[in-house]
Amino acid sequence: MQTFDLEAEGLRALNSALHAQASTTNQTVWDVVNPKGSHAIAVGLDAPIEVNVKGSTGYYCAGMNKQATVHVHGSAGPGVAENMMSGTVVIEGDASQYAGATGHGGTLIIKGNASSRCGISMKGIDIVVHGNVGHMSAFMAQSGNLVVCGDAGDALGDSIYEARLFVRGSVKSLGADCIEKEMRPEHLEILADLLERGGCDAKPEEFKRYGSARTLYNFNIDNAY
Amino acid sequence: MKDVKSNGIPRTTPIQSATFSQSINAEIRRAAATGIYDIRGGGAKRKVPHFDDLLFLGASISRYPLEGYREKCETSVTLGTRHAENPIELDIPITIAGMSFGALSGPAKEALGRGATLAGTSTTTGDGGMTQEERGHSNKLVYQYLPSRYGMNPDDLRKADAIEVVVGQGAKPGGGGMLLGQKISDRVAEMRNLPKGIDQRSACRHPDWTGPDDLEIKILELREITSWKVPIYIKVGGARPYFDTTLAVKAGADVVVLDGMQGGTAATQDVFIEHVGQPILACIREAVRALQDLGMHREVQLVVSGGVRTGADVAKCMALGADAVAIGTAALIALGDNDPRWEDEYQKLGTTAGAYDDWHEGNDPAGITTQDPDLMARFDPIEGGRRLNNYLKVMTLEAQTIARACGKNHLHNLEPEDLCALTMEAAAMARIPLAGTDWYPGKPGTGY
Ligand SMILES: Cc1cc2nc3c(=O)[nH]c(=O)nc-3n(C[C@H](O)[C@H](O)[C@H](O)COP(=O)(O)O)c2cc1C
Repeated sequence: MQTFDLEAEGLRALNSALHAQASTTNQTVWDVVNPKGSHAIAVGLDAPIEVNVKGSTGYYCAGMNKQATVHVHGSAGPGVAENMMSGTVVIEGDASQYAGATGHGGTLIIKGNASSRCGISMKGIDIVVHGNVGHMSAFMAQSGNLVVCGDAGDALGDSIYEARLFVRGSVKSLGADCIEKEMRPEHLEILADLLERGGCDAKPEEFKRYGSARTLYNFNIDNAY
Repeated sequence: MKDVKSNGIPRTTPIQSATFSQSINAEIRRAAATGIYDIRGGGAKRKVPHFDDLLFLGASISRYPLEGYREKCETSVTLGTRHAENPIELDIPITIAGMSFGALSGPAKEALGRGATLAGTSTTTGDGGMTQEERGHSNKLVYQYLPSRYGMNPDDLRKADAIEVVVGQGAKPGGGGMLLGQKISDRVAEMRNLPKGIDQRSACRHPDWTGPDDLEIKILELREITSWKVPIYIKVGGARPYFDTTLAVKAGADVVVLDGMQGGTAATQDVFIEHVGQPILACIREAVRALQDLGMHREVQLVVSGGVRTGADVAKCMALGADAVAIGTAALIALGDNDPRWEDEYQKLGTTAGAYDDWHEGNDPAGITTQDPDLMARFDPIEGGRRLNNYLKVMTLEAQTIARACGKNHLHNLEPEDLCALTMEAAAMARIPLAGTDWYPGKPGTGY
């Protein structure tokens, strides 16, 4: 295991050391100490390595991640795991706005709560939130799964496309074109797998499923306001 | 019609209202019949103050010209010198603007790459992501980072020679995009991760940052992912050029791309195209002033676009302080868009060559703004690339001709003092003296 003191060595040195992992070493486990809310920690990784951030992070931690497992032992600032392609990102604490925004793949697990716009424009990522999510979560969500073990705020899934939303608690309001949908056996199966990967002991049967009514799919003046 | 009534009393000639013109009335009838606003491609069609309202003075006793054809007049430009390890070096200051794959066909993107590469300049991706056709045929390719993030991935980001964070476009500052279902082929749908055949909206705001302070951090992330190698441009529509340029520089831009209201688009509401944003003529000096106030003119490069058509336009942009220009519509015309050879088919679509703008519908007779395989097959990307190269060459020669006449051995040496304005409006907007005077509206110390 390698320990990297972010405060002492700086962000550029950290990210270039992590980017070099794919080709030059077999060091697969990294501990990053003293993150102190720094931005852009462990961004653009592309190797099956494990990065443990020992504290809270600023904006865009693990942005555009591929293959790597990034574990934040604290809370994460805005845009954690934005545009993730693959791999796993785990946040022990809470996540700020836009968690998992535009993510194409991989799994984002948030053990605490997520703020507004969690999963905005998601494009295939799976997001499991143990707590609550804020307003406008899954806005324009294209594909992938968002699991919320707690409650969802206002306008959940506004203008949603084909993403699946599973919420155990209450939904303050649904956004335009987002409706509750029947939970069929195949959905329970998908959800069971997500909960297991997310380390949640909730039961799939306790959740409701939400998705697109698909009435906004073709441009129509009645949809414009 | 006789101008005298049957009873011998002179008749008032029927007068078409200038306010309620034929085209306005037709639009009212269309709106009344359909209940839907008009969506189209292209840029503003109304006449606004433009580069045609400026003239070069040329050399005289006080200015010494360079010999046309013979004496050297440099055209190269380097973009992204502020932070990037590998700035973009171009032979000519005319770049190809970002146009989306989806709006344009794969072969059209290939042709843009071929033509730009032959001419020694860059092309730009667009909404919908990077295609192999374009990357493969473009020596220098700028990758757009857009609100929709359609097709965005770190591998393509790292294949790019520069990254352009798109905040806005001149045709629709504050607006998003629209790609109608007819153009969503399997390939376009897959790249955008959306079902085939549905109308796709492109968001007007970025999903993971809101203001200039966030943007600065976003740029830090992009630089970290690409190891600080490539320049980062910020593209803004011509809305508040002084403040937008200032904030872009503050956010860390290497290059500011400023697109005036005449700038083309693949598709948006006509009301947006015609009524939102400022003409590029009114934007350039304000952006340059912002750069000068920050001590960043020429350190952060300024690329301007929106109705650039000729070498004279290029030279005027440079004289007003830009480092380079970008062209969209003109490049499509060079490829063969709106060519009169397809007039019969334009007529069938209810339009005429030169006016065709329903690019979003995917029926382009010239095979450029379409995803229909039969129409696409009409367009030859090699020939298209050759034509674009020719056109870029002509524009460059024209700009050089003017620069030499003004005694300049580099296009960048053109300056506001080389110009005069034909109209009060142009004089005020470009802060160039009205022809025959040493005055422009708002000139300091003149009291007006
Ligand atoms: C067909 C077409 C597609 C366009 N697509 C994009 C796009 O995806 N992203 C973008 O920033 N601008 C887009 N633009 C705008 C151009 O990048 C550029 O700002 C504009 O065309 C410049 O004005 P001009 O057309 O008068 O040269 C598009 C323009 C056209 C004509």
